[in-house]
Order: sequence, then C-alpha cells, then structure tokens
Amino acid sequence: MTPQTPQEPVLVIEDLAVQYRTPTGVVDAVRTVSLRIERGEKVAIVGESGSGKSTTAHAVVQLLAPAARIARGSIRFGGIDLVHASRGELRAIRGRRIGLVPQDPTVSLNPVTRIGTQVAEVLVIHGLADRRTAAAAAVEALRRAGLPDPELHARQFPHELSGGMRQRVLIAIAIIAGPELIIADEPTSALDVTIQRQILDHIDELAAETGTSVLLITHDLGIAADRADRIIVMNQGVIVEEGTPAEVLGAPKHPYTQALIRAAPSLNALGDVERVLDRLPKETRVRVFGGRAGDPFTVRDRSKGPLATDPSGATDESPARTVLVAENLVKDFALPHGGGVAHAVANVSFAVPRGQTFALVGESGSGKTTTARLALRLDDVTSGRVLFDGRDVTDARGRELRDLRRRIQVVHQNPYASLNPRLSIRAIISDPLVAYGLGDRTERRTRAAELVDVVALPSSVLDRRPAELSGGQRQRVAIARALALNPELLVLDEPVSALDVSIQAQILGLLASLQDSLGLSYLFISHDLAVVRQIAHRVGVMRLGELVEVGDVGTVFADPQHEYTRALLDAIPGAGAPVVQPG
Amino acid sequence: MTDTTALAAESARASTGRGTAHDDTFATTSADRFADAAASREAGSIVEEPSAPTAADGRTGRVRRLLATGVQHPGTVLAAVWIVLVLVSTVAPGLFTSQDPLVGVPAEKLTGPSPAHWLGTDQLGRDLYTRVVFGSALTLQAALIAVGIGLAVGSVLGLLAGFVGRWVDDVVMRIADVLLAIPSLLLSLALITVLGFGTVNVAIAVGLGSVATVSRIMRSEVIRVRNAVYIEAAFASGNRWSRVLFRHVLPNSAGPVLVLAALEFGTAILAVSALSFLGYGAQPPAPEWGSLIATGRNFLTTAWWLTTLPGVVIALTVLSANALSRALDSEGRRVR
Repeated sequence: MTPQTPQEPVLVIEDLAVQYRTPTGVVDAVRTVSLRIERGEKVAIVGESGSGKSTTAHAVVQLLAPAARIARGSIRFGGIDLVHASRGELRAIRGRRIGLVPQDPTVSLNPVTRIGTQVAEVLVIHGLADRRTAAAAAVEALRRAGLPDPELHARQFPHELSGGMRQRVLIAIAIIAGPELIIADEPTSALDVTIQRQILDHIDELAAETGTSVLLITHDLGIAADRADRIIVMNQGVIVEEGTPAEVLGAPKHPYTQALIRAAPSLNALGDVERVLDRLPKETRVRVFGGRAGDPFTVRDRSKGPLATDPSGATDESPARTVLVAENLVKDFALPHGGGVAHAVANVSFAVPRGQTFALVGESGSGKTTTARLALRLDDVTSGRVLFDGRDVTDARGRELRDLRRRIQVVHQNPYASLNPRLSIRAIISDPLVAYGLGDRTERRTRAAELVDVVALPSSVLDRRPAELSGGQRQRVAIARALALNPELLVLDEPVSALDVSIQAQILGLLASLQDSLGLSYLFISHDLAVVRQIAHRVGVMRLGELVEVGDVGTVFADPQHEYTRALLDAIPGAGAPVVQPG
Repeated sequence: MTDTTALAAESARASTGRGTAHDDTFATTSADRFADAAASREAGSIVEEPSAPTAADGRTGRVRRLLATGVQHPGTVLAAVWIVLVLVSTVAPGLFTSQDPLVGVPAEKLTGPSPAHWLGTDQLGRDLYTRVVFGSALTLQAALIAVGIGLAVGSVLGLLAGFVGRWVDDVVMRIADVLLAIPSLLLSLALITVLGFGTVNVAIAVGLGSVATVSRIMRSEVIRVRNAVYIEAAFASGNRWSRVLFRHVLPNSAGPVLVLAALEFGTAILAVSALSFLGYGAQPPAPEWGSLIATGRNFLTTAWWLTTLPGVVIALTVLSANALSRALDSEGRRVR
C-alpha cells in the first residue's frame, strides 16, 4: 500500500463519461461526473433508475457491463488511474483496497460454495493468509458483519441463509481485507425495512471503527439523508446537486432535487402532506363511470339516487358501510416432505370501508399478499369467511365468482409482467369487457379510449404494445384495465413498488384522485409504511401471518400500540431528515 | 427490537421456506427501469412520454428491419428462396420444366448431366430433373400433412397437459415418454404396417411420430406462460378458462412450437423420403424423391447421378428448413 497523507482524498473522479451501446444507438449513461471522497467520509449518490449512479460505482471498480465504454475522464484511487490501470493492478485493488457490496444478496453468492470459503477467498486471493488462518479470519469477519453464530453459518451454503444474513455475508466479504473504500450499491433495496436499518447501522459502525470511506449508491433520499456526510444527486448522467444532507434536503437549489424530495414518500412519512387532487370533471365521471357497477354500458337507474361520487353520498347507496369484510381468515400451506403445515395467514380479520383505502402493511413473508389473494378469491381459504357487500362469497364458484370479479378488480405489483405482451393496449384495456361480453366493438373501443384518457395517457398508446411503454405508463394501463368494469373495490398489490419515486408519486396521485372522484374502495398491499401513510385511511400491520395492529392511519402512525409497529416506524429512513416543504 | 430477535424471526421464516422467496420487485425490475430511462433519454425528453410512433411507422419499420436482417443473414435468404421454389414446384411443376416425368426416350437412357438433361436421365430415358420437380409434390405433400398432424395433435395434447395439469399432465406425458423411447423411424414403420402402404399413410405415420416432441415443447411453454402475472390478471379480469387459454396462453406459447414445426418439416421430408426409399410410399412409376433414390441404387456403379442428385435436393431442402427454423427462433427470442 502506498503511504498517503491524511489530507489526500481516497477517490477522485474527474469529468467521467460512460457510454452504453444499445441496439438503437449509443446512450450516455454518465456524462460529466466529477467527485471526490475524503478519507473516512461517507458519500451517498442518490438518483432514479438510469441516472448513472450505479454505472459510476461500477466504473470505479472497472466492472462495467460489456456494452459499456468509458468515453472520457479519470478515476484516481491512491495515486493510480483506474481507467488506464492494467488487469493486474486492478486485481490488486479489488477486494483488497476497494470492497464492493453488491445490490441483490439473493443472487450475489456462489450457491455451491460454503459461506466461510467465499469470505476467506478474498484473503487467499490476495495472499494475505493461508487457507487455515483465512478460515479463522472469515469467521471473525462474519462476526464483525453482525452475523450471529458465525462458526455455524460459515459451514453453511447460501440457500440456508435468509436475505438479511446473506447481505451480512457480502458485507463480510467487502470488509475482510480492510479496504480503504467500501462501495455499497443499493445494499439494502432487496431487504425489509427493519433488516435494512440493521445492515446500514452496521456499515456505519464498521466504517467509523476503521476510518474506511463509504460510497453509498441508493435511490432512497431518506437513506442518504440518514447515513451520509455528503449527498450527491444525479439525474440523466450528470450531478445536479451536491452538499451536506442539511443543505440538500433543507434548501434544495436544483428543480430536480426539489421534485425528488416532494416525491419521496419516506421523507414525508411523518409530515402532513396534502396531495393536490386532480378530480375528474363531472362530465367525464358521468359519461365514463355512469354505468352500473360491473356493467359500464348499463346506465344506472335514476330512482336509485345519484352516483356514488361524493364520499358522503357513497354510503347512502348501499346499506353496508364496508365493502369487504374478512373474518378470521386462515390459510395453511402444506410443507414439503410431510413437514406439517405453515400458517401463511393466521386468523386475520379486517374490513374495507366503502370509498376509503384499507392498507395491509408488512414485510416479506408476512402473509399480506396471500391475504389479498384470499379476498380476491384467487386462493381458497382454509377457514374463515369473506363477505363482499354483506354477502358471503367464501365459497363462490363458477357464475357467482365471475359476478364477483366484475366488482372486485386487481392491480398487480409488477407492471412489466402484468400486461399480455402480444396484445395492443386497446385490447388489454377492453379485455375484461370482452370477457363478460359487454358492449359491441364500437362501444368497447370508445370505452378503451375514455379510460386511457382518465388515467392520463395519450390516445396514441392505444395501438401500441406494452413493451413500447415505460413502467409508469404500463401501470396506468393496468389501472385503466381494472377500471373497465366499473368495479367497487380495487385490490392494489404493491402497485408502486416496481417504480421510481417520481413515478410512484404520480401513480399514487392518480389513485387518490380516482378514489376521490369515483368513491372507489381500495385494499392496498404494501411493504412501505411511508407510502401507506400517504394513501390509506385505515391500516392493518401484519407480521408472520398475523394482524398485529389495526386502526386509523393517523392513530397508528402517531401512537403505535404494538412493539412491531413501532420498530417498523422507527426503521423508516429519513424520518428525522431536515426537510423544508418547498412550495 | 434488537438485532438478534429480528434475525431469529427472519431465520424462522427462512426455515419455513417462505421467506426466501423474495417479493422485492424493485430489485428484480431494475433492468426494465433502466431500459425505460435509456429509451426516454434517447427520445430526448425528461418526461416519461416517448414520442408516439404511428401504426404506419410500425409497418415500414418492420419491412426495413426484415430487409436489414436479410442483408445480415444471406444464408437465411437463400434458404427461404429455395423453400419457396420447392413449394412452387409442388403446385405448378410446369413452370420449371416442359417435359413429361413419365415418358422417356429409350435412346437417351442413362446419360449423365448435360444442358439438355440437367440432372441426366434414368434407365428408361426419363429426364431426372423433371422427375425431381414433379416428385416434390408427393414428398412435400406428405411432409406437410405429417407436420400438420404432428402440430395439431401435439399442440392440443401439450396445451391440455400444461394448462390442466394434474392427472391429465401425467397421462399425456407418460405416453409421450413411451413414444420418445421408440426410434421414430421404427415407430413410423410399425404404424405403416397397421395403416397400409401409400403416401398419405406414410405422412400420417411420420406425423404421429412427431406428436411426442411437439407436445413436450408445447407443455413446457404453456407452463412457463401459465405462471406469468398477466395470466393471473386475465383470470382476475373475469375471463373464463377457455378464453384465457386461447386468447392469452396460446399466442404467447406458440412461438417455439412454430420454430419446432419448421424443424420438423425438414425432418419429415427426410422421414418420408426414407420410407419411400424402403418402398412403403409412392409406387412406381409415380416420381417421389425417396423412390427416385431407391431406383437409382440399382445403377449406382454406372449412373452416380441417379442417386446423388435427388439426394442433394433432399439435403438442400432439409438444410433450408433448418436454417429457417433457426432464423425464426432467434427472431422469436428477440421479441420475447
């Protein structure tokens, strides 16, 4: 290692530009990026997908995708220009002096090698230890990375560990050789919020202990605000803003940063954010959603009163104030190899109030999605009852089930997978209408065009295929499809979890204004408490198949009763960030 | 909550086998979002609306892409041209030759290739080129019938096995296993002994021989598509299972089966020719590729062209079918 004066920065990137070759031409992933990381400093690069933040990080370790090329610039690390360094020089630096914590712990470990061997490998490669001492060092590194029982887990294979544990293994690999710089590329985006917090805390502690510099890549401004000494905001391949968390969040100068802060749900989780609702014009409401629930082409009987549009009137229309009631739902799955049963959902009861949003929130494996599937009747309950509009639909089959589906529609979490790739957007949106044989060809075409307009897409998308649309646009299409039958209840299964924060904000805004205009009821599934805070009226917190707390959103967030709810709330990143609400 | 209690809960979940299946879509869709960002950057706009291509744009774009592909892969173009020529010769052999395949000039028997007789003449003085051109009708008819039968029966069985699952899947796939265990030519021979001789029977026998392969591919594709989110979305939209099957599952799973069909077409030509060569197909004097070679065998020492040149024609046709199948496959992969 070359001796260095403490003043000298660990990493200096000057005027970096990286290009990707794509089938349609060259894309400038990174245009002009210059940054420096001082010794012991924690720098966070924040940006949305395609902002160039990960590309910048991968350029530092020279592990870019084959299609990428560094067009310009220099990356100086401890006196070596990494852009022009030889393979041998790079090998001596990777793992030894720069540790990389990759994004997805589920795929980043070799599945056929024991944990201990993978961790020790770094030392063996760099000749820092022989096999025996390396094994002992690996156990010690696992312990420092916060893995309980490191001796036991070092002998295990990756599939025997949970996601959070695997992420700790990756951190152990990154720190074992005592690097000067740790690059953490979205180290926790695949993890639950409570685990995320532990992992980030741990990286912080380790960095503080050893004086290691950290370059943290994240899409979450809240995480950056909590963890970094300095925040760099990237957009479209350039740095738009740079400063301490207080500077960037407290007084953002660039319009993009301001927009990002406004959109970030985590930063606004505990503030009182009032969404500006674009209510649909009354004329559109009557024309597009004037039909009966489940049959949009039948105009509602006048004698039955006005449309269920204003929230106060909504309850008059039906005697039931709740659209959907779940009573003591239980869902068991048989374990393989005759290992008994697992309770995916254990004794869950809740009610979705008419015209409002009931959110089920929980971490992965909490049973929230299974509960939603039970309510949708996509799965059968083991025991318990589902009541829709006061009617028991637990055992609905055939015709009754199809009638039910007219009134409950679903929006799936991954818009990249939920639209049939072979059909045009028009065909996708009118698919439910065709399924029930509603309207003729012309009526269905008109309705598809109207629905596209309602979800604020240009009518030119109608003839396109899903692949030609972006994720946000596809989710709007999925919402339009769900609205096609005039349903009363929408089940929203993590509808924004596959989207960037600014698109998330748009979709949540659309959902809120649709609810406000049409009196729709939502069953909203999410792992993100911050998102729930913004959209829901009532919330149920699930943990390991059980509903641990139910209540009004304001009450639950202000005064959580259950220990687990408190842990979840505490783990929301950026809660204490110094945000000034712009505008 | 402390560090260890959270991890303990997590490991409990991992041990039940549920926690490991992560439902984090943000990480799994990062490549999609990156593509979105690249596309919108190319469109030169910061907002998420790329400019709308019209339907006409799409069509000319497709033609242009097809032409570009053709320039990049001249072999595929040659293969396509060859197959088209062969197919035309089945319906209009008169376009290629003015001679009669059944009438020979005894004085010109067993002459080698020459400008007058491109592929030479046979033992009765019949023009071999003419006989090959007229023979393509029988061979290709048989091959097409065979592929049609294989595709139809195999697809239906595969579709049912994949979509219905459970015991239907078991029964269909075990039968397919048995069929796959028997060499296909042997199977066809056995079927012909039951059905009797003749071109159509040869076609049926060859077609039934390929049912197992087609149903296997179809089943695996249906199972892949069946688990896609958009299929669940189709059910949730209220579609009946029949509509889900034909509107959503079938179009998305047909691609690889069509690729296989092109491949099977080549194989079928080979199998039909082989069976005719053995004498189970077309009877003399009707010209047929396999029987042409069989007759030529008697004159192998003196008239090499009688076996070699029809053999080359068969080989070229099979290779062309394979090349087309490969082109379809890579095109299909690009779309998927």
